[in-house]
Amino acid sequence: MSDLELNCPLPLQYDRIVMAHGGGGRLMQQLLDNLIQPAFSNPLLNQKHDSAVFDINGVRLAFTTDSYVVKPLFFPGGDIGKLAVCGTLNDLAMSGAKPLYLTCALIIEEGFPMADLQRIVQSMQRTAEEAGVLIVTGDTKVVDKGKGDGVFINTAGIGLIEAGIESNPRRIKAGDSIILNGDLGRHGISVILEREGLNFAHEIESDCADLSGLVEDLLASGIEIHCMRDLTRGGLAAALIELAATARQHIEIREAMLPVNSNVKSACEILGFDPVYIANEGAFIAFVPEEQTEQTLSVLRRHPLGRQASRIGQVKAAHPRGTVTLENVMGVSRVLDLFSGEQLPRIC
Amino acid sequence: MKYLQEYRDPATAKKLVAAIKTAATRPWKIMEVCGGQTHSALKYGIDQLLDGVIELIHGPGCPVCVTPIEYIDKALAIAQAPGVIFCSFGDMLRVPGSASDLLGLKAQGADIRIVYSPLDALTLAQQNPDRQVVFFGVGFETTAPATALAAYQARQLNLENFTLLVCHVRVPPVIEALLHSPSNKVQGFLGAGHVCSIMGYHEYLPIAARYRIPIVITGFEPVDLLQGLYMTVQQLEEGRFEVENEYSRVVKEQGNLPAQELLLKVFDTVDRSWRGLGPIAGSGLALNADHDDWNAEQRFPVAGIATQESPLCRSGDVLQGLIKPTQCPEFGVRCTPDKPLGATMVSSEGACAAYFHYRIHPHV
Repeated sequence: MSDLELNCPLPLQYDRIVMAHGGGGRLMQQLLDNLIQPAFSNPLLNQKHDSAVFDINGVRLAFTTDSYVVKPLFFPGGDIGKLAVCGTLNDLAMSGAKPLYLTCALIIEEGFPMADLQRIVQSMQRTAEEAGVLIVTGDTKVVDKGKGDGVFINTAGIGLIEAGIESNPRRIKAGDSIILNGDLGRHGISVILEREGLNFAHEIESDCADLSGLVEDLLASGIEIHCMRDLTRGGLAAALIELAATARQHIEIREAMLPVNSNVKSACEILGFDPVYIANEGAFIAFVPEEQTEQTLSVLRRHPLGRQASRIGQVKAAHPRGTVTLENVMGVSRVLDLFSGEQLPRIC
Repeated sequence: MKYLQEYRDPATAKKLVAAIKTAATRPWKIMEVCGGQTHSALKYGIDQLLDGVIELIHGPGCPVCVTPIEYIDKALAIAQAPGVIFCSFGDMLRVPGSASDLLGLKAQGADIRIVYSPLDALTLAQQNPDRQVVFFGVGFETTAPATALAAYQARQLNLENFTLLVCHVRVPPVIEALLHSPSNKVQGFLGAGHVCSIMGYHEYLPIAARYRIPIVITGFEPVDLLQGLYMTVQQLEEGRFEVENEYSRVVKEQGNLPAQELLLKVFDTVDRSWRGLGPIAGSGLALNADHDDWNAEQRFPVAGIATQESPLCRSGDVLQGLIKPTQCPEFGVRCTPDKPLGATMVSSEGACAAYFHYRIHPHV
């Protein structure tokens, strides 16, 4: 073996966008930090929250937008229409806003079945109606066959923030409890199993849901909510890492306290995924003072979307750059780091 | 899952840690051959729990890491050919070749698809008779039978638009190469449970005897790893050099005989160069003459591709257990998962990626 050659490849840098630039991991964060954020930099954008929060004539408003490109368009527990409405409602809710109005922009591929489009639009209308919001303006474009993926949807939303409410990453402080309303990874796993036609787990339904009602209950309870964040791309890990960096705090979570549905866990085992990195569409974390932990859990558990609410960790202390650690079941702590792009299924 | 939880039980793990500490009269250097075991050990902090008692040496058992750059470059060339649908396991998409990787090519418009089984690629070929569908078959004896089955079925169906780029490797020759090296410092091996579930462990018996080294076939959960380490330490302390099976719930001595028969029907054993390690005799599996019509290297002009490696990367030293990933001067500096110098940093089973992901992070 003394004659072994030592071989290794050349460094690579991406000069084109790859899928991982949208995957919620480190590459996406770099794209935002190095290209998009500097170009548009302003005090509102730099809040780095789910919505921009501003004041017009003494009225505090939250304003947000999001685009939806999910494949497949219909999945257990939802569809792209429901997702597009819930996602924007949730972004508003995370800012402590009561959602009022939404926009809807549809980019439709030539040849897309009218019946499917009708199903999607009706799903949007039903979800908005249930949330008590109106879709008040929008846009429709059709692109050439092969230039889209069926339907892409963009929604924007505006909501009202009552006086005294401020959900903001910079309010997160040492001692805060971190409360999660549901379980991890159900949306991401549901979509990937449906997309890839994998039937090795019992059907897993996406947790796609409008959280604004649940958040409204929480806000009405008088609990001092420091920050809320929904868990979408990049899952719990991406949300915590971004919040820790913005708040400059050390956040610690405990693996044994993380709720993961047993079927989701099985699917993750087989695919080689870690549930802390998998997207939800109906889960959020709230940072509240430790002494209000039980009250928060009690309020959340009274709502159908909060029945599984649990405390998953705590903010430990100020940290110059912000960091997240996970204490595993063996009692050993490790750093929770952003993923390098998308999680890809392993070989064996 | 309940079954799996038993192998992650903290109380059982703690008892085993205590037992290993009691049994070990001096520090032992034990290699876990499989990348899955490396990641599990770091994820659960087993190296930390046994710090000073056992030095875990991370072996070359990551299929993504050891696939030679020549084959990555062949994959890149084929994936760019007109009309090709190129299929691979997800892990392979980020592995750098000489000038690009499959993800980068996909971004430029190549039709590259992640599949979960070679048989999915075969189905794609049946569904797309006007396209050439190529499957990139890499990995150890664990994944080789599925590739063999795809080749076998393609031949039965006489499927003309399906080929395989095969670069499978075998574990026993690399273990022997490591032991034969004058720089070897490994004193015991944890054998890769998945590989042995196919091949059994009869091939390890002469190796353990010849090199006087314990080999314990081990699973992937923390309790498995600790039990495997405990059994290895017991052998070392008692001066025994045997092959033992910790993973008996999955692995039998003879392995999976139908899978082995299929491997014999479809593949020849060949010499193969390992990325970072160089050539190892008898360590590869290649399509045999009966299946040559389904060999992508025959159908596409990929002979004589010139490769270029970075002189900075020390993954070869890591794969031989000569250094820890963090002892490489480029670790976390010029080599990160975003800008990897070597496959050990890019693969989800690579030792460098495991240290970067679970343990040492330069930004903390």
